[in-house]
Amino acid sequence: MLPQGALNNYYFPNNLHIDWSLMIVLYPYITGLVAGAFVVSALYHVFKVKEFETFARFALVASFCFGLFAAVPLLFHLGQPFRAFNIFFTPHTTSAMSIFGYVYSSYMVLVMLELWLVYRKYFIEKANSTRGLQQLIWKVLTLGVTQTSPGALRWDHGLISLFAGIGIPWAFMLHGYVGFIFGSVKANAWWATPLQPLIFLMSAIVSGIAMLMLMYSFIRWRSGKPYDLAAMRRLMDYLWGLFILDVAFESLEVVYMFYEHGHHWAVVGPLLTGKLLGTYAIGQMAIFSGVPLLLLGYVVLFDVPDRRFVKIANFAALCIVIQVLLMRFNVVIGGQMISKSDRGYVDFHFEWLAREGIIPAVMILAAPFITYWIVSRFLPIFKDDALSLSSSGRQ
Amino acid sequence: MTQSTTGKGRRTFLHELVLGAMALASAGPVALLASRSRAEDSSAKTPNGKEYAFVVDVSKCIGCGYCVEACAIENNIPKESVRTWVERYIATAEGVHVEAIDKPGKMLAPPPAGLMAKARWAAFVPKLCNHCENAPCVQVCPVGATFTAPGGFVLVDPKHCIGCGYCIQACPYGVRFFNKETRVADKCTWCYHRVAKGLEPACVTVCPTQARIFGDRNDLTGPVGKIYQSDNWQTLKPEMHSHSRVLYLGLPREVV
Repeated sequence: MLPQGALNNYYFPNNLHIDWSLMIVLYPYITGLVAGAFVVSALYHVFKVKEFETFARFALVASFCFGLFAAVPLLFHLGQPFRAFNIFFTPHTTSAMSIFGYVYSSYMVLVMLELWLVYRKYFIEKANSTRGLQQLIWKVLTLGVTQTSPGALRWDHGLISLFAGIGIPWAFMLHGYVGFIFGSVKANAWWATPLQPLIFLMSAIVSGIAMLMLMYSFIRWRSGKPYDLAAMRRLMDYLWGLFILDVAFESLEVVYMFYEHGHHWAVVGPLLTGKLLGTYAIGQMAIFSGVPLLLLGYVVLFDVPDRRFVKIANFAALCIVIQVLLMRFNVVIGGQMISKSDRGYVDFHFEWLAREGIIPAVMILAAPFITYWIVSRFLPIFKDDALSLSSSGRQ
Repeated sequence: MTQSTTGKGRRTFLHELVLGAMALASAGPVALLASRSRAEDSSAKTPNGKEYAFVVDVSKCIGCGYCVEACAIENNIPKESVRTWVERYIATAEGVHVEAIDKPGKMLAPPPAGLMAKARWAAFVPKLCNHCENAPCVQVCPVGATFTAPGGFVLVDPKHCIGCGYCIQACPYGVRFFNKETRVADKCTWCYHRVAKGLEPACVTVCPTQARIFGDRNDLTGPVGKIYQSDNWQTLKPEMHSHSRVLYLGLPREVV
């Protein structure tokens, strides 16, 4: 089916190649995981969701690990990566993209400050109990601050809550902003909607929560330690509620376009029932939204035995991280499939080894998990970790 | 290293940190405000008051494709992209059939059998950068590498462009492309390098029917000025509100 009474598939010559490829799919995906993981940490520190004490430190470390790699896909994508810093040096303030460098880097500073406050006492303990090069590294990590009096620790705790509080709007801005970059492009009917920032934000939060659930379950399963089931159940309450909102926004966008029956639907309708039928209609909406909505509803509303809960909740979480990845693909690639000619569509071809190919994408996506594994060798993340904080401070 | 309860001030440290952060936070917006938009900075007029426009007379285009070839040679365009192309529209009661001369030297095959018999009208429509007054590409460039030069030329500074491709997405007309050789955004410049020397754009020079005319829209004695003044022209996708400086004469309603 072709739009605008087209008798043949006609696309503008320069639209044949899809410029924003897998790296631009990955960039909002990883950024979303950053924001989502941070929200879980903040739910404990700011909103006092007591059950999430288990996740608070873990979520912060995970957010940091994802954050380290959020901008890497952009570097892979840029035609002139060595000029990337132009975005800091000569920001063109009429551009929605120009402030990204500042928003992203300030957010990372905030996360690092919070991490430092959480682990400050541990760094001091390690600096006192090690020798040589190790001691030097731990000493550097203390940043020369050695106070550990109860009063100082109380201060730390207050500051952690403060940074978490500032971090929530900052994380929201970081990801809502990514949605704004797409939503404000009036030339692209599939992108241009004020709902886009909200959709990106909601999907970011659910992907972060779902990814934390998967990581937590895997880590505990591998180490043979017990699950904190109360925390996991509470996390799934949040995930279900937020995912309902996310799917509602995603559906609203399309239902609105459909009912409006204007220019947007003229080109988007054939796209969703044509080239994106598999990844959008069937993948993103029918299977990977429908299944987790039902499964999470089941584990939240019914008294499901623990073992079954863990299995079902993790399967639902896996569906959600796939749903969000599909959503990023359908927005980024799908939007570019519509030629600006309004009378044709172009194909997207996956590549393997090219700069924006599948292999580099998988490697970049794996990097935060590898980083987390390395960090977890040196920092105590869960209360029962072999490397544990000796203090009883609430962190 | 000793553990101390009174040692170097974490409080002092945080105090300094907060002060530093505040300094940075205030420096950021000041720097941003100082770096005004290059689009806003430049007056659309040249020092001698010229403001250019490009007229495309659809009724005169014969679809020879010389313009596409001249542009590619003049501007050394990589094979897979074009800065200008010519579309052939054949409109019937059932719908519209469109093909394009989008490669130098490309000849369009005759229309499918029966299509011409059903045609209500047929036309060749040249396309090129619209050098918009309210250019979406200029707005979205994150580093100011795309800008409006005096005279109304929308240009790309290839030494400053980071190759992010946001301008390519923002252009409603699909005229921008990623140049695989220079690895930056590329598009029609109205042959700025030629106009600066008092010459016409290459495509205008080679057009055998004067379907493409270029000139100062403020010069009411010249052909472009007269057409501009007549207000009897159309632009592509007016709903985009980008205020195109490419003025079409006799543009059929179906042309996108």
